[in-house]
Amino acid sequence: MTPGPEFPDEPTGPFPTPPRTLADAEGREIRLRACDDELPEALVEMYVGFDSADRAQGVPPTGEGAIREWLHGLFSGDAHNVVAEHGERIVGHATLVPDSGGAHELAIFVTQEYQGAGIGTDLINVLLGHGAAEGVETVWLSVERWNHAAKHLYEKVGFDVTGSEAFEIEMTIRLH
Amino acid sequence: MDVLLGIGGSDDSVRALEWTLDRARAAGDDLTVAVVENPESERDVEDIVADVRERLNDAGVDAEIQRVSGNPGSALVELAESGEYDQLVLGGGEESPMGKIRLGNMSEFVLLNSHVTVTLVR
Repeated sequence: MTPGPEFPDEPTGPFPTPPRTLADAEGREIRLRACDDELPEALVEMYVGFDSADRAQGVPPTGEGAIREWLHGLFSGDAHNVVAEHGERIVGHATLVPDSGGAHELAIFVTQEYQGAGIGTDLINVLLGHGAAEGVETVWLSVERWNHAAKHLYEKVGFDVTGSEAFEIEMTIRLH
Repeated sequence: MDVLLGIGGSDDSVRALEWTLDRARAAGDDLTVAVVENPESERDVEDIVADVRERLNDAGVDAEIQRVSGNPGSALVELAESGEYDQLVLGGGEESPMGKIRLGNMSEFVLLNSHVTVTLVR
């Protein structure tokens, strides 16, 4: 693998911690909560129904078996997760997965009919708050080069662009 | 088919080698393995060449091994286009801790520049 990412010297924050209840831009009441230990069944359902056009770099995988296997890795060890709930349904998920160098990789998914309503911004802010509270120091992510909306969102939250390798851009943030 | 496999020693390139050997045996492909100097890999070129030779022997496939120096992407494309190759095979990328597929600079250069058909092995 390539050498690890370079992180900013100065920390960004503070970020809000879960749980939070917010109204999205459509007026829907969205509850954000941390769930590190237990994989909610509603999250499997969210990914089973996920629009394949919204996949990024091969994730989420397709098919319930592959989705469960993938989520199992996201709900183990030192990983941290925040889900966005609307009623009984999970409509968004953000995750911090530890890498081999002591940093965490971030990813976020919002189900299609809830996109564009500010839930992604809230999810990332609360996930970073949760991660910071759990002792996560540095976070990186990769985003496809043509995904300007996602890149803009990450910049707004405080991520810096630190690398541009092939088809994706690498961005980083320091929490402590 | 005349197949050129480009490898730089990363895990995905080793998987690409195994896949290409299986296919060469089944289809009777004529295989050339180009070992590139990959600045992103910690492995030495001679170490990779020795590994390739062993895997070729184990698979019972006869193939030419070439060492390629310089920029890996452009050197591979040049080699593919200067020969009579039908296909250029590469590793399909490494996975990040959370499972995202990440393609390196060599793969991007080859995909965008090669006039020979490219296969990425997943």
